[in-house]
Amino acid sequence: MPAIKAARSAGGRGHGPLLPPCVLHDNFFYRTRTDYMPTINEKLTEEIRAQARTLLADGTVAAVIGFARGSLPMTVKPVVVRAAADCGRLVWNSFCVLNLANYLPEVLKSVEPPRGPRDPKPAGPLPKVAVLATGCWSRNIVVQTQEHQVDRERVVVMGVASRGMVSRRKVESHFSGREILAVEELDHDLLVTGADFADKINRWSVVRDNCQTCIHPDPVLVDVRIGEPASARKNPNPFKQVDDLEAQTSAERWAWFTSEFSTCIRCYACRNACPLCYCPTCFVDDARPQWVGKSLDPVDTGLFHLLRAYHCAGRCTDCGACESVCPMGINMRMLTKKLNKDVLNLYGMEAGMQPGSPLPLTTYATTDPQKFIVTEAKAVKEDE
Amino acid sequence: MTTQTTQTSSTSQTSQTSQTAPWDPKIIAFLCNWCSYAGADLAGVSRFQYPPNIRIVRVPCSGRVSENMIMSALKSGADGILVSGCHPGDCHYISGNLFARRRFALLSSLLDFVGIEPGRISFSWVSAAEGEQFAEIVKTVTERVRSLGPATRLVKNIDTVQTA
Repeated sequence: MPAIKAARSAGGRGHGPLLPPCVLHDNFFYRTRTDYMPTINEKLTEEIRAQARTLLADGTVAAVIGFARGSLPMTVKPVVVRAAADCGRLVWNSFCVLNLANYLPEVLKSVEPPRGPRDPKPAGPLPKVAVLATGCWSRNIVVQTQEHQVDRERVVVMGVASRGMVSRRKVESHFSGREILAVEELDHDLLVTGADFADKINRWSVVRDNCQTCIHPDPVLVDVRIGEPASARKNPNPFKQVDDLEAQTSAERWAWFTSEFSTCIRCYACRNACPLCYCPTCFVDDARPQWVGKSLDPVDTGLFHLLRAYHCAGRCTDCGACESVCPMGINMRMLTKKLNKDVLNLYGMEAGMQPGSPLPLTTYATTDPQKFIVTEAKAVKEDE
Repeated sequence: MTTQTTQTSSTSQTSQTSQTAPWDPKIIAFLCNWCSYAGADLAGVSRFQYPPNIRIVRVPCSGRVSENMIMSALKSGADGILVSGCHPGDCHYISGNLFARRRFALLSSLLDFVGIEPGRISFSWVSAAEGEQFAEIVKTVTERVRSLGPATRLVKNIDTVQTA
């Protein structure tokens, strides 16, 4: 397929601030667009580059975490920019599905002057790091601050209101079996091009499930504002998918669980993409005791997903990174969403929305509901 | 090495007995050292009868019981699990059981969500003075697990893994 290869290499190597993001410059639509107006994302990209350049040039931050163009259509890669001259690499589009808060603790450590494990902290303030953040990512930064993984003083949050990120899997399912060579993004549509087809699809129809049900698109922390704040989004029931499953019988839910997770290959991409998973030794790597076997046995796989989700209880912001990076397309987000629903209903808390208060599982109230507890009175009643 | 040999021999014994003897529920009980374990002890010295299906694991506090332990017991073939601690407000460590209560509420709800039968995993509060109540709770829990039958969901069956 020499034609495809040529198109790919042409698209993969675009640089410079003037080029709109995620566009193959020899593509059909680009050449036919005579009434050129920058799209929302192109404007945001320009603003991100300008702000990042200023922050790096005046020495406010030592690094900027953002996204660079990916090597395939509908992909971006996380990038750490350390020089003002490299800011042209930064892009912003609807395919920024990874959660940048995930990289924050590591990048913060990397900009510190090197020191041994027992050396004292150097005097004076440590270098800062700027990070792009939408609603959910900024909430993750709040959680990281609450858990003492990140020093808020050292983070410059470049807040972008999210318009909802696109699921690559959903776009691909529109064109089953045909290879997509380029996707150009307009404000409300996607122009999808392949070797023998070109089509326009509605952007919102392929936005990820978690973004479609999201009610907090605007960042909760903003040091540098990029673009306009998002207008309030209302969703009568953000937990509809969970409710639908809950309405089923226990046996049906077990059937759903076993079939959903049966394709898991235990690559741990969901764990690695998650900003909550920072334990030096994960429970899946423990050998003594071995909580979860390392096999592909359905029980081991199920236990891994249950415990992984459970460890995110009260901390998950439903950013959807786990689901987006899954090579098998497993909806493991349903488990964390269920926990989010319970935490909200039982304790009235949403992760990252109350920066001053402790996380739900690190605190308690004497009046916490305890309907699930077996009491002696109940025991007697059931006997009668 | 010795522990491994004993483990293998005990598994082979149970598989032999399971073919002949009728199924009887095996319930792992995590009891806190200060209240529930003493409650179980009191039930014993007071001669209150309760089913011999529970295997007690003594833990310092119900807050010590992690989700990993519960899931590991399920995986290893426990038909039921009982976690019991001091009544809220009576914890030896002031608040261990209150933290545990939040965690157990979420865990039991999550396991119910994925289709683990609700009666498999039970939580209760038993004080050191409640020997009779302890016996009652064990009776209830055992009956519940008995009515559910042997655990099949999230139980790792070594035999099928080897043949697969």
